[in-house]
Amino acid sequence: MNEITVGIGGAAGDGLDKTGDTLAKTAARLGLHVCAYNSYQSVIRGGHIWLRVRLGEQPLHSHGDHLNALIALNQDSIERHAPEIEAGGLLLYNADRLRLDLGLREQVRSVPLPVAELTRTLGRVQPIMQNTVALGALFSLIGLEFDVAAGVLADTFRHKGQGVVDQNVGLLRAGYGYVREKFAPIGPRWNFTRTRRPFITGNEAFAIGAVAAGCKFYSAYPMTPASSILHWMAAHGERCGIVVKQCEDELAVANMAIGAGYAGVRAMCATSGGGFALMTEAVGMAGMIEAPVVIIEVQRGGPSTGIPTKTEQGDLNQVLGASQGDFPRIIIAPGDTADCFRTVVESFNLAEKYQLPVIVISDLLLSEHPQTIEPDDLSARVPIDRGQLVTEWNGDNGPFKRYAFTPSGISPRALPGTANAEHVAPTDEHDEEGILISDVFANQAVRRKIAEKRMKKLDLALQELPAPRLLGPADAEATLVGWGSTRGVIAEAIQRLAAAGLRANQLHFKYLLPFHAREAAEILARCRRTIAIENNSTGQFARYLRGETGHAVSEKILKYDGEPFEPRLIAEQVKAILEGRPRRLDVTEAEAREIAYHYLRTRLSEELRPGRLERLSGDGQGEPLWLVEIINRDSGHKQGELRIGAETGSARSWRPNA
Amino acid sequence: MSTILELPIETYAGPVEPDWCPGCGDFGVLKAVKTAAARAGVRTKDLVVVSGIGCSSNLPGYLHAYGVHSLHGRAVAVASGIKLANTDLKVVITGGDGDGYGIGIGHFIHAMRRNLDLTYVVMNNQIYGLTTGQASPTTMKEHRTKSTPRGNVELPINPIALALVSGATYVARGFSGEPGHMAGLIADGIQHKGFALIDVFSPCVTYNHLNTYPWFKERVYKLEDRPGHDSTQVAAALEKSFEWGDRIPLGLFYRDEQPTYEDSEPALKQGPLVNQKLEVDGSLFQSLIEEFL
Ligand SMILES: Cc1ncc(C[n+]2csc(CCOP(=O)(O)OP(=O)(O)O)c2C)c(N)n1
Ligand code: SF4
Ligand SMILES: [Mg+2]
Repeated sequence: MNEITVGIGGAAGDGLDKTGDTLAKTAARLGLHVCAYNSYQSVIRGGHIWLRVRLGEQPLHSHGDHLNALIALNQDSIERHAPEIEAGGLLLYNADRLRLDLGLREQVRSVPLPVAELTRTLGRVQPIMQNTVALGALFSLIGLEFDVAAGVLADTFRHKGQGVVDQNVGLLRAGYGYVREKFAPIGPRWNFTRTRRPFITGNEAFAIGAVAAGCKFYSAYPMTPASSILHWMAAHGERCGIVVKQCEDELAVANMAIGAGYAGVRAMCATSGGGFALMTEAVGMAGMIEAPVVIIEVQRGGPSTGIPTKTEQGDLNQVLGASQGDFPRIIIAPGDTADCFRTVVESFNLAEKYQLPVIVISDLLLSEHPQTIEPDDLSARVPIDRGQLVTEWNGDNGPFKRYAFTPSGISPRALPGTANAEHVAPTDEHDEEGILISDVFANQAVRRKIAEKRMKKLDLALQELPAPRLLGPADAEATLVGWGSTRGVIAEAIQRLAAAGLRANQLHFKYLLPFHAREAAEILARCRRTIAIENNSTGQFARYLRGETGHAVSEKILKYDGEPFEPRLIAEQVKAILEGRPRRLDVTEAEAREIAYHYLRTRLSEELRPGRLERLSGDGQGEPLWLVEIINRDSGHKQGELRIGAETGSARSWRPNA
Repeated sequence: MSTILELPIETYAGPVEPDWCPGCGDFGVLKAVKTAAARAGVRTKDLVVVSGIGCSSNLPGYLHAYGVHSLHGRAVAVASGIKLANTDLKVVITGGDGDGYGIGIGHFIHAMRRNLDLTYVVMNNQIYGLTTGQASPTTMKEHRTKSTPRGNVELPINPIALALVSGATYVARGFSGEPGHMAGLIADGIQHKGFALIDVFSPCVTYNHLNTYPWFKERVYKLEDRPGHDSTQVAAALEKSFEWGDRIPLGLFYRDEQPTYEDSEPALKQGPLVNQKLEVDGSLFQSLIEEFL
C-alpha cells in the first residue's frame, strides 16, 4: 500500500504541534488516512520532542515504525533521528542554523533549506516559521497538494487576520517552490479520494461521545494525560449545556460527579492513575448507593508520579481493586480511537441501566495520539437507555423501596424531586428502603440478600456485553493476547508475521469486568501457544486472565520504557519466541546511546554528544560493556569515553582524553 | 412579603428513631432542621439532606426527605454535585466537626469560595464521637482525649473565621441548648441564596466532658441581644469570631448577598440540568465535528 511516515524532531516550544497538525490535516483533507504519535516530555520548553505522522491510503491502526522523511528543527534531532531515515528517504533542515555532520543511510537525500534567503521578502519571520517553509518543501517532495495545505493554514490562522494567513501561505510557497526546481519527489503516486475524515484524539472522542450520550456534568482536576478532555469540555461546555467543573482535588471530582449522577444527570469525570487513587473510596460509594457515574482512567507511566508524559498499561490492578469490599463495577478498555466514542456512549447506558460506576480505562497512547477515523464513527444519534426510572410513586402502596430486592438485582430508581419516593442513599449497609442495618439494626439475613442483589446485576450485564472472539487463523502457531489500546499494533504485527510466513492470531479484550471467563477459557484451551502483550512490567492482565480462567499464558512480551509498542518489536519478539531464541533484557545499542545522552546532559555538558558505540565483552566487573565514544558537537573531535554496563545500564566510568 | 407556606413539622418525621446517646446534642439539631424546613416551606420531595460519616452524619436517616449518607468528609462535594445537577432542589448538608473541618476541610473551603447555594449545618461537638472519643480539629488546646492523653497540643480550627475569610455569604452559630434559636438560623440559612454555614455547639455527652451543656450555658450569649453588632460588616464579624472563653457569641455573624456559582454558570441558563433533553442537536453536533476536519 502507498504510505509514508514523516518524523518531526525538535524541542518543546519549537511549534511541532501546529506543524504536525498542518501536515496531518492536509493529508486527511486529501482523503489519506493519518495516524500520529507525539513522544514528548514533561517540560514546557526544551527537552526532546519526537512527532511521527504516518500517512497512507488504507486505514492505519498504529503509527508504525517507519521513517521516510525527517524535518529536523534542531541539531539534536539530526543526531538522533537522521540515521534512522530509510532508503529513498529525505532529511529536511534549516541550513542557516543546523548542519549535517554525520552519515546518512544509502539513498537518503539531504535537503538543506536556505530559510533566510527564501523568506527575505516575507516580512519579519519568527523562528517557528521555519517549520512552514520546511512543510512546503516536504509537501512538494511527497506529493501533497499545495492548495489544500494552504487551505489548512488559512483555517488555522484566519482568526489572526488575513496578513498572518498570507504570510504563512507565503512561507509554505517559498519551501514548495524552492525544492521543486532542485529535488526529485519521493512521494508515491497517491490516489486522493478526498473523503473528509475527522482527525481526532481518543480524549476528544471521549468528550464528543459524552456530548452525544447526553452528559450534562463533567468534573476534573488537571492531570496529564487526561487534561485534554477537561480542555475540550471547558471550551465547549456552554454550547453543549454541560456544567464543567474544575475541582479542588480528585476526591471532589469523583464525589461531585456521583452526586450529580444520583440527582439524575449523566455525569462523567476523568483522571490518570494518581487521581484515580484519590477517587477510589468514591468508586465504592457509587457501587453501594447504586449511583451511575462514568470515570475515565487514562493511564500514564507509573508508579507514583512516574513518567507523566509517557504511556503505560500499569493501572489494571488499581481499577480492578479500587475501593474496599465487594461491589459491582464495570470496566471497559476501548481498543482504538473510534472505540473511545462508542465506549463512552455505551458506558453511560450501562451506568444508568445497572446503577453503578463504569470505569473506562485508556492510556496516554490511545487518549492523546491523533488519527483519522471514519466520518460515521461519530454520530449524533446514539442509543440512550436510562434504565428503570420511577417518575411517580403512590405512597398508599407503602414506602418507596429504593433498593427493592428484585430477581435481576436492579431496583427502579427515583430521583430527588419525585413525590412520595423520599429515601436516603447510604454508604452504610442498608435494607430495601435504604434504612441502615449497620448499627443497632444489624441483620445478617438482610445483609446477605442485599449483597447478593447488588452483585447479581453483573450477571445480567455480562450477558449483554459481547464476548471476546479469536481473530485470524484458528490453527495459528501463536495467539497474541492483549487488552485496550494495543489492539491495532498487535494486528499489524500479525500481518508482518504473516508476511514472514508465521501464522499468529489475536485474542483481544475490551470488557474486563464483568469478565467472560467461560468463553475466554474455551478459546484459550484451543490455542497452541499464548503470548500476552502488555505495556507494563509485570503482565497485570495475564495474571488476571489466569485468575479468571485458570489459563497461564505461555509467554509475555512486556514493554515499560514509556513508549508504546510498535509492530516490528512485537513481530521480532514473537519470532524469537517461536524460534526458541532467548530474549534478553540487555541494553541495546540505541538504549546505550540514550543513556549516554542522559549522562552528558546531567553530568557533563550539552556541547558533547555520543559518537560511535562498541560492545566489549567485559571489563572484569561482571558484565559486558558498551564503550561510547564522546565527541564535541562543534569540532567533532573525540573528548573521551563513557563505559555503560550492557546488563545493568549503569554509567560506569567516564574517561576524558588524556 | 413572604409567600412561604409553613408545613407541619411531622411532615419530616423519618422512618426510624435516632440511636444517639440520650442527651446527645444532635437531637436538638434534628429538631431544629425539621423546624427550619417547615418554616422555610421546603417540601420533602425537594429537600435533599447530605451527610458524611459520624454520629451527627446519621441525621438524614431520621428525616423524611431525600438524602445521601455519603463518605466521611465528602458530604460537601456530593452535595455540590447534586445542587449543580438540579438547582430546583434545596440541598442541606449535615455533619460533624471531624467530617467537615478535618477530613473534609478542602471541600468546605472551596464550596464557600464558590458561593454555591448550599446550607451546611455542622454539629460541632469538638470530638470524634462515632469513633469513641478522639481529638477533633475543634478540640480545645490541652483537652485530654483518647488520642491526646497528655492534652491536645494543636490549636483548634475557628470555623466561623474560616468561613468569613473563605467567602461564605451567611455565617452563623447555634447551640443545641437553644433549639428554637438554632431553627431560626437554619431556616434563614436555607432561604439565603448562597453558601450558609451554621456551626452548632452540639455537645457529645459521652465523650466530651469539657464542652458540656453547662459549660456552654455559662458562656454563650446572642449577638442580636447585644446592640451594636453589624452583620453586614465582615470585619466586625471577624472580630466577633475570635471571641472565645468567658463569653461566646451565638447567632448571625455575617450575611451578604452575592451572585451564586449557579448564577454565573452559563450551562445553567436554560434551567436545571436534570430537565434538559439528552439527545444532542444535530447541527450543534455537526459543528463540533467540523473542528476536526
Ligand atoms: C475515610 C475514613 N476514615 C475514618 C473513618 C472513621 N470515622 C468514622 S466517623 C469519624 C469521626 C467522626 O467525627 P465527627 O465528624 O466529628 O462526627 P461525630 O461522631 O462527632 O458526630 C471517623 C474518624 C471513616 N469512616 N472513613
Ligand atoms: S457518642 Fe456523643 S456524639 Fe455520638 S451519639 Fe453519643 S453523645 Fe452523641
Ligand atoms: Mg464530632
